[in-house]
Amino acid sequence: MSDGTTDTNRGGGLSFWVVGGILLVVMPLLNLLPPEDSWFHLSDFSLNRFGKFLAFAILALGLDLIWGYTGILSLGQGVFFGLGAYCMGMHMMLTIGKESVYGSDMPDFMVWNQVKELPLFWKPFYSFPAAVIGALLVPMAFALVFGFFAFRSRIKGVYFAIITQALALAAWLVFNRNDTNLGGTNGLTDFKQVIGYRLSEPGTQRVLYIVTVVCLGASYLLCRWIIRSRAGRVLVAVRDSEKRVVFSGYTPPNYKLFVFVVSAGLAGLAGLLYAPQVGIITPAQIGVLPSLEMVIWVAVGGRGSLAGAVLGAVSVNYGRSVLTNYFPELWPFMLGGLFVLVVLLFPDGMVGMIRKGKDLLTRRKASEERPIVPNQKIVVPEGKR
Amino acid sequence: MAEPSSFQNSIIYLDGVTVDYDGFKALNRLTFMVDYKELRVVIGPNGAGKTTLLDVICGKTKPAAGRVVFGQDTELIGKHADEIVKLGIGRKFQAPSIYGNLTVWENLDLSLKRSSKGVFSTLFGKSTAEERARIEENLETIGLKDYAHTRAGSLSHGQKQWLEIGMVILQDPSLLLVDEPVAGMTDKETEQTGQLLQSLAEKHAIIVIEHDMEFVRQIARIVTVLHEGTVICEGTVEKVQADARVREIYLGRQKVAH
Amino acid sequence: MVISLGRTVAALVIVGLFLFFWPSWTTAADGPVSAPSASSVEQALNQVTSEDESIRAAAIRLLIEQGDAGLLPRLEAIRANASRSIRQVIKPLMDLLKNRAKLASPDSDARRSAATDLGSSGNPSAIAWLDAAKVNESNKWVRYTMEESAALLRLASDDPSIKVASVEKLGELRSGNAVPALKSLVEAGAVAEASEQQKVLAKAADAAIDRIETWGDWANAIETIFRGISLSSILLIMSLGLAIVFGLMGVINMAHGELMMVGAYATFVTQQCFTAWFPPDVFDWYFPVALPVAFLAAAGSGFLLEATVIRFLYGRPLETMLATWGVSLVLMQAARVYFGDLTAVVAPGPLRGGAQVLVGVYLPYNRIFIIALSIVCVLGIYFALFKSNLGLRVRAVTQNRNMSACLGIPTRKVDSYTFAFGSGLAGIAGWALTMVGNVDPGLGQNYIVDAFMVVVTGGVGKLAGTIVASLGIGGLNKLIEPGLGAVYGKVLILVMVILFLQWRPSGLFAMKGRDAD
Repeated sequence: MSDGTTDTNRGGGLSFWVVGGILLVVMPLLNLLPPEDSWFHLSDFSLNRFGKFLAFAILALGLDLIWGYTGILSLGQGVFFGLGAYCMGMHMMLTIGKESVYGSDMPDFMVWNQVKELPLFWKPFYSFPAAVIGALLVPMAFALVFGFFAFRSRIKGVYFAIITQALALAAWLVFNRNDTNLGGTNGLTDFKQVIGYRLSEPGTQRVLYIVTVVCLGASYLLCRWIIRSRAGRVLVAVRDSEKRVVFSGYTPPNYKLFVFVVSAGLAGLAGLLYAPQVGIITPAQIGVLPSLEMVIWVAVGGRGSLAGAVLGAVSVNYGRSVLTNYFPELWPFMLGGLFVLVVLLFPDGMVGMIRKGKDLLTRRKASEERPIVPNQKIVVPEGKR
Repeated sequence: MAEPSSFQNSIIYLDGVTVDYDGFKALNRLTFMVDYKELRVVIGPNGAGKTTLLDVICGKTKPAAGRVVFGQDTELIGKHADEIVKLGIGRKFQAPSIYGNLTVWENLDLSLKRSSKGVFSTLFGKSTAEERARIEENLETIGLKDYAHTRAGSLSHGQKQWLEIGMVILQDPSLLLVDEPVAGMTDKETEQTGQLLQSLAEKHAIIVIEHDMEFVRQIARIVTVLHEGTVICEGTVEKVQADARVREIYLGRQKVAH
Repeated sequence: MVISLGRTVAALVIVGLFLFFWPSWTTAADGPVSAPSASSVEQALNQVTSEDESIRAAAIRLLIEQGDAGLLPRLEAIRANASRSIRQVIKPLMDLLKNRAKLASPDSDARRSAATDLGSSGNPSAIAWLDAAKVNESNKWVRYTMEESAALLRLASDDPSIKVASVEKLGELRSGNAVPALKSLVEAGAVAEASEQQKVLAKAADAAIDRIETWGDWANAIETIFRGISLSSILLIMSLGLAIVFGLMGVINMAHGELMMVGAYATFVTQQCFTAWFPPDVFDWYFPVALPVAFLAAAGSGFLLEATVIRFLYGRPLETMLATWGVSLVLMQAARVYFGDLTAVVAPGPLRGGAQVLVGVYLPYNRIFIIALSIVCVLGIYFALFKSNLGLRVRAVTQNRNMSACLGIPTRKVDSYTFAFGSGLAGIAGWALTMVGNVDPGLGQNYIVDAFMVVVTGGVGKLAGTIVASLGIGGLNKLIEPGLGAVYGKVLILVMVILFLQWRPSGLFAMKGRDAD
């Protein structure tokens, strides 16, 4: 956690394309080409599961932006994720149509709850573009309003963390209610299709995977662009000395609000991609505990490093899905222990460990001067105008 | 109220300012003014209200009563700190306040005066050649040319102080507030800092708060002595040192302290 | 006359016992008090099963007038052998007799429920019993119920003046139970063909309903306030430890809820030890014994937590939050694995039940206990902070850590002890919470977000802030709940806290001065 600017890693460009290429081309090919019994074959299930992890990685990028770089701990990211997922989920509920258990045009749970007419706020979600735009804009708008009041009154640090945690609790309670017409505890599920493609088809899932990879790549580039801009350095500056930022003529609340809204949008995008791939969204995914778990993805991967956020989201979730499979009772111990361990011993997470390892191997001088190289590249260039 | 002529000439004018911290009057109906391009040193024992004075000017603390006028007729009370910065008041804090995780260059780049410091202009903005030249020049002034791309957190204490002074200068303020700039500096660094401040005073008005009498003697033209939130005495170093009350409340203590 | 009636009842009970043990005597018909009726009673008992409805009715009437609970075993025997229709006749008779006997029970709750049942039985002979029992009744609320029931029964009287008087009496008593009966009187008076008498009665009933309902609103308000104070006290007990640690070290301990859980399980284990190793008559003592156990268990856990985790994260409050949250996950899962999901603590005798303070206002003892405990805790902490040596040091470090260190205060030790103390307070909170809910691994999670909000709203370093904030948040919660429901109430409170922080960004009692940031 010692520095936030270190992410602009040396081989950034190259490794981005290598990793991107593996995710985008090699993985789907491994799923498609080798015969099912081949050692190289990647099952549909694994590809789909990996797609879910990559959706989480998008959320982790946003969280890293606000926590890793700006030093604001938001314990309410699950809410934005949920808003995105529910927007998409509502659209897919409406496209089930007559295929539903009750054979009604209305979603099953509404028939069950004896809701006679589709609530007004559901109606826009008949349209796919509206659902996609909603999945991005609803969380962002919500973050804008919430953040405006929070940052304007200079709520910081622990205070902000607690307030966002309360937000997660409140959202969880509201989504659990039946009278909000969002499916209550059972959430939204039984999706059949998205823009006419059957979700049960492996082909659809493969396309969804590829769309997720592309979105992840775009999100990564967006975040990298933000942190490499002057605004990105203001974010780090806010973390280092907010007082000085004020006395340099900036208005920190605006920057915080900006990064909060961006992170909410990324969480919404993650939710948007999550819902069709997993096939269900319930309040259990958006409460206090899931929101806190999201923080550990970034912590494990290495806060203040975009690659770390992606790495952390994928590896923690992979570990989770393996462990909950074999030792379900052990997982909370592992998660809790991991949290303590990472915070205490590896504040820079996996990326920090990799760097240390590299430094040891190449016998580079201590980490002090390391971050300078990339930043030099950023500040000084662009010669003429 | 006060003599109109000097009021007209002052860059900052405080009139009857009172700051109340739960019954403790950090400033007590303080009246104080500084002229354009003046280098003013404010001294006083601990708790005299020196830092509070700066806090009031730069909008960090809201006084319970009084007026703070900047330049001709800009009332500062009620303005936010960032607005006041944009009006042209710069502040250097007592403990060096820099961005440890950014390089020296980035520190200066962020501080540079720009037409807009909003989110979107910084998001899309690029440095101009002129801006880079200014930063280069500034690096020269504060003696950190060789450290441009060093992480600021790894500078020495004195260098951090200078960096912060450099950052404030780049804001191009017409009034500079400097809080104990030489605390923790070596003798040589102290002397250099003195020279730096004196050269700056050619273009900007500066208020310096200082404890180190050696340093005060080096830079001061007019000294203001604060005690219990009000001005006790004002004048040249010699005059202040000769003042009986000042000797009693301040210099006497200083002797003991040193 | 009334007094003698009471005695007669007692005598009748004795007679009944005689009759029960020596049934052959009854035929001799020489019982000491009511010799002549004994034979008629006997006759009536035989006639109860009569096929002739009028004979049966007369027999039952006689038995009711006798009101002798001693006959119950015999009636029970008759009922067991009787046909279904007869059983249906005997059942209300038996209930009446039972309830009449219960009017003399030593247990005030039994007397009271008997009076309530008699009131709803609709049998006018019970009026005399109630009036008689009332005279010797020492408990205010039993007496109240007796009066209420008697008045309810009198409503069915044929005499219009008695009717009006009982309507007025019910209004005076603010009897919530009477509202349906009074409403039907109002309706009877509203129809076109209503007699003048009915109209008068309807008017009186209307006035009585008005009186009762106004009072009902007040009673509701009082109970709402009480529930609010009770929730506030729970929040306060939970927040105190949290707030002290936050003030001192700037750290929010996310495992605070799980330290409460430790306290609750310590109470549970103490209870289990008592049931296993001690005689049942000292069982209630498990609860006071559990207090130090819970405190020490939680304080010990807190001490370890501080020494192994928090100590190394000094000055990094957000990281501390995350690490302590990790600890909370581990603790929760450990409890789930070891204790299973649902365990409950049995409240000790004195904390069961509740006290009625006003008509329609009923305050459970366990809630009163928690309110009292919160006051004790506040006072205790006040003295610990302001009158003890450690307290002085805690306050010094809270205000200026560096200066305190310079003055030779061992700040590390102060941190460690204070953290343990704050954790111990969480243990006490857990101890108290076993009285209002189950002991389960999620116990800490139920209120903890609210407790965090209390700390944030209350601000740092002032006890008063925590008290006011928990009163505010707890009180508002219960105030909003009836109108909006618990969920939207919570949402509204979050909105209000955020708006409040607009006005006071660092809580109610923020520290002022240049050290403020």
